Amino acid sequence: MEVEAIGTDTITAISTPAGEGAIAIVRLSGPEAIAMTTELYKGANLLEVESHTINYGKIVDPITTEIADEVMVSVMRAPRTFTREDVVEINCHGGMVAVNRVLEIILSKGARMAEPGEFTKRAFLNGRIDLSQAEAVMDLIRAKTDKAMSMAVKQMDGRLSGLIRRLRQELLETVAHVEVNIDYPEYDDVEEMSHEVMRTKSKEVHKEIEALLEVANQGKILREGLATAIIGRPNVGKSSLMNTLVQENKAIVTEVPGTTRDIIEEYVNVRGVPLRLVDTAGIRDTEDIVEKIGVERSRQVLKESDLILFVLNYNDILTDEDVKLFEAVHGLEYIVIINKTDLEQNLDLSKVNVLAKGKPIVTTSLIEEEGIVELESAIAKTFFSGDIESSDLTYVSNVRHIQLLKQAKSALEDAMEGIELGMPLDMVQIDVTRTWEILGEIIGDTASDGLINQLFSQFCLGK
Amino acid sequence: MTYHAGHYDVIVIGAGHAGVEAGMAAAKMGAKTLMLTLNLDMVAFMPCNPSLGGPAKGIVIREVDALGGVMAKVIDKTYIQMRMLNTGKGPAVQALRAQADKPLYIKEMKHILENQENLTLRQGMVDQLIIEDGVCKGVLTESKTSYTAETVIVTTGTFMRGKVLMGDLEYESGPNNQRVSIKLSEHLEEIGLDLTRFKTGTPPRVNSHTIDYSKTEIQPGDEEPQSFSYETTEYIADQIPCWLTYTNEFTHQIINDNLTLSAMYSGMKRGTGPRYCPSIEDKIVRFNDKPRHQVFLEPEGRDTEEVYVQGLSTSLPESIQYEIVKSVPGLENAEIMRPGYAIEYDAVVPTQLWPTLETKKIPGLFTAGQINGTSGYEEAAAQGIMAGINAAAKIQGKEPVILDRSQAYIGVLIDDLVTKGTREPYRLLTSRAEYRLLLRHDNADLRLTDIGYELGLISDDRYKQFDEKKQLIEEEKKRLRKITIKPNEAVNQVMAEAGATPLKEAIKAYDLMKRPELSYAFVARMIESHPDLPIDVQEQVGIQIKYEGYIKKAKEQVARMLKMEDKKIPENIDYDKISGIATEAKDKLKKVRPLSVGQASRISGVNPADVSILLVYIEQGNVARIAN
Ligand SMILES: Nc1nc2c(ncn2[C@@H]2O[C@H](COP(=O)(O)OP(=O)(O)OP(=O)(O)O)[C@@H](O)[C@H]2O)c(=O)[nH]1
Ligand SMILES: [Mg+2]
Repeated sequence: MEVEAIGTDTITAISTPAGEGAIAIVRLSGPEAIAMTTELYKGANLLEVESHTINYGKIVDPITTEIADEVMVSVMRAPRTFTREDVVEINCHGGMVAVNRVLEIILSKGARMAEPGEFTKRAFLNGRIDLSQAEAVMDLIRAKTDKAMSMAVKQMDGRLSGLIRRLRQELLETVAHVEVNIDYPEYDDVEEMSHEVMRTKSKEVHKEIEALLEVANQGKILREGLATAIIGRPNVGKSSLMNTLVQENKAIVTEVPGTTRDIIEEYVNVRGVPLRLVDTAGIRDTEDIVEKIGVERSRQVLKESDLILFVLNYNDILTDEDVKLFEAVHGLEYIVIINKTDLEQNLDLSKVNVLAKGKPIVTTSLIEEEGIVELESAIAKTFFSGDIESSDLTYVSNVRHIQLLKQAKSALEDAMEGIELGMPLDMVQIDVTRTWEILGEIIGDTASDGLINQLFSQFCLGK
Repeated sequence: MTYHAGHYDVIVIGAGHAGVEAGMAAAKMGAKTLMLTLNLDMVAFMPCNPSLGGPAKGIVIREVDALGGVMAKVIDKTYIQMRMLNTGKGPAVQALRAQADKPLYIKEMKHILENQENLTLRQGMVDQLIIEDGVCKGVLTESKTSYTAETVIVTTGTFMRGKVLMGDLEYESGPNNQRVSIKLSEHLEEIGLDLTRFKTGTPPRVNSHTIDYSKTEIQPGDEEPQSFSYETTEYIADQIPCWLTYTNEFTHQIINDNLTLSAMYSGMKRGTGPRYCPSIEDKIVRFNDKPRHQVFLEPEGRDTEEVYVQGLSTSLPESIQYEIVKSVPGLENAEIMRPGYAIEYDAVVPTQLWPTLETKKIPGLFTAGQINGTSGYEEAAAQGIMAGINAAAKIQGKEPVILDRSQAYIGVLIDDLVTKGTREPYRLLTSRAEYRLLLRHDNADLRLTDIGYELGLISDDRYKQFDEKKQLIEEEKKRLRKITIKPNEAVNQVMAEAGATPLKEAIKAYDLMKRPELSYAFVARMIESHPDLPIDVQEQVGIQIKYEGYIKKAKEQVARMLKMEDKKIPENIDYDKISGIATEAKDKLKKVRPLSVGQASRISGVNPADVSILLVYIEQGNVARIAN
């Protein structure tokens, strides 16, 4: 990842946690902040309004001319701002989708996605924060960056990262081929790479990136919420919990333990917290092969989750399997749900208390619709209290992905133009390599010796 | 009793490709220089392949020349064949390669060294360095002779604790059965340098009279005169060809049947070998689906019948080597003159060096060349000249000379070594240079002559010529911007000849040149009058205009990189005091001690968050200073 010098460009980010219905703020800071906003804002001329005023207007997509959102825009001119640079805050009303849309439009105008903690960093470097706070700034960057990095990768759809990995590998093989022709011009066993092959490959990859961007535009990636897995032994009420939260009967509810054999996903919004709910097959040792696959996948889901809803049966004693599950979720973010409180108590609550190690415990009867409000507020609380920091980062990383995909696409277009012009392949390859690097940033793989390694594993070279 | 034999500004231990450049550069800069080497008859010896240059490496030779080095001049005077490679590709990747005359190369190099002012050439085995208060102050030889010095450059190549391996034969030796350096290696360990163990190999040499060349393909040199040095004016017309043949399934069978006898595959060898220079055993094991491998037959000189069998590098027993050679078409009756072998040796872990190639641990001590874990004569020469320059600069109180990654392949090489280290002998490849479009064969002089001249390594005459060339290029570019070419019959005649679509509208000559199919010569023909420019100026104008878009993009990238490069890290920085930097990154930073934030960001294990924090920490220091 490239590290930009400070204060030379204009940065932007969503500066409020996610939550539908709530106001979300997109913040810009830097020399171009006001000019950029003006270009996509319909309302008073922001270049002329007084500093520290709030203005009502609309954000318009300059390409589609569609209105992205109705907004309140605060204009604050340097130096009396948090960062000591020009700052604009756009208060959006239309929920997460709209706010992401606004952010995207701003990025398309040339603003750069702020690194985590970068507003604070600028504030510091511009002398807004005093020296004694430097440590805190550094801690903040540390925490946020690491989180963002891991989130960006983790929260990405598995298929998306898989696809990007494949595209990268294809590009890498092509590039390695060009490179080997350059570095070992006399090796006859390595066929000379042709413009034709390069053209075909570039077009293929370009098409796939375009398709990805289209999906992103439809907002599918944007709507991806906090990955939330519902786990528990068979028959504890996982599917019922999912149904309650989704309020529609999608998963199969039965009295036979082990009915849910595969994974069912739903997107829900719990008190402004976007969740991607995943109902898993009951985790337990089983002989049934079909079910076993489901169990394997459940373990996988667990690994990829941001939040786990761990369901226990009030009516049943605490089994070894339950204890194993407690071990499995150790170190992860989870809420314990003790379900079926309408039935007789067989569960040892004090044991559960010990095992939960301070994590929230909620009791419910899904049949009687009891404890659901408490559960929802527990989810919201975990989310907003910062236990799960991902909130805005989830979205941010997604917008970041889109931005990077766009950059990758344009680098590839440069390569394709070079091919059409008949530029030497070793020149064209510079843009292909750039594409490969940008795609690498999406999945957090920026190791630079990939090419050299590819070269020597793909071809037999040497004296 | 030790005998004190003199005091020098710079002492160079070793006279291989690194040593000679180091010694020459230091002496030319006016430093009183002593070169100590094991065997004066082996100065600048090529123990492996008889060739110099090729992709990336050829460009390095030109860079060394632009800085005033000697490799280019000596090879230009002695080659038996010269070829421009990658001529069908873009200008950024073209490179020269010469087949060398090994004995003649030595003779010519020795002659130059002997006649260099300020330079003393002496035979002797250095056993120890003289270290006082942690600073390197001279050397002590096995004959108990001591020399004191301001700086010492160690360029001992693959001689340190060298061990030759062939089948189950194993003996201590330098390359080509030369004396091995044991004590110095032990001594470097004693004074606290980390050493690692690397290996490399060489193929057998056969007698030319016993080769049936009719079964091979000829590989002639270029007819067009070429040279590495910008000063060369005479070309060698009488060139000697190389020959190409192939291994086959019988060869592979023999190797497979005897793998366990290979010094390498029997597991005796501990050193790490390079992936790009695999032995034939390696190639057959790793790429067992390939039906044949190329074998180049390269003469080792004009006055010798020895022929280097490139492609058959091996550590198999001598008897098996006979069988392998005989299985190759053209070599059925070939007589081996020297068998191939593998050599294992000590190398200095290069992250212990500053980018000047001075060791961090012992001020005054520099290391350069294969001892730093590289492979190749050119990589050695590049480090040699930089170590020589920096050793002399240090005692003369001049600023150190550190080339960055956008200035030269030399910069890429040294930055990679001191920042990332290497786990196998390091070879330069064009793929290692992110700005290779700027690091071209054709513009090495434009990139580096100024630096060489400033240091006193380039003569006034040469500099004057260089300056004229620069001016001609600029003037011609300016002129072409002003000239408009209108579509007419004559113009479109030329367009057709060049295979370009006819011109429909008037266009500036400058913009017309951007069409890939139109060389400078074609465009020049469309212009009524034009100056009679030297070929290299024409070429330069053509390249600069044609690839302007790409060059501009690369320069923008460089500008971004340099911003980070300009953010210097204070020498006394205490990484332990910076909370927030991850432990792994902290360890790496403490070890490498990068000079700039840019360099820090290239260390593996230092991630963007660490870089951000480092940046804040440094700026904080700046803020604090201003506040005081
Ligand atoms: N009495 C009572 N029954 C419940 C409650 N919640 C769910 N159930 C019932 O328990 C049974 C199992 O519920 P499911 O939602 O299918 O449980 P599951 O854990 O998803 O089961 P698997 O199919 O193994 O995944 C159904 O008959 C539900 O109606 C509750 O709070 N009280
Ligand atoms: Mg179920």
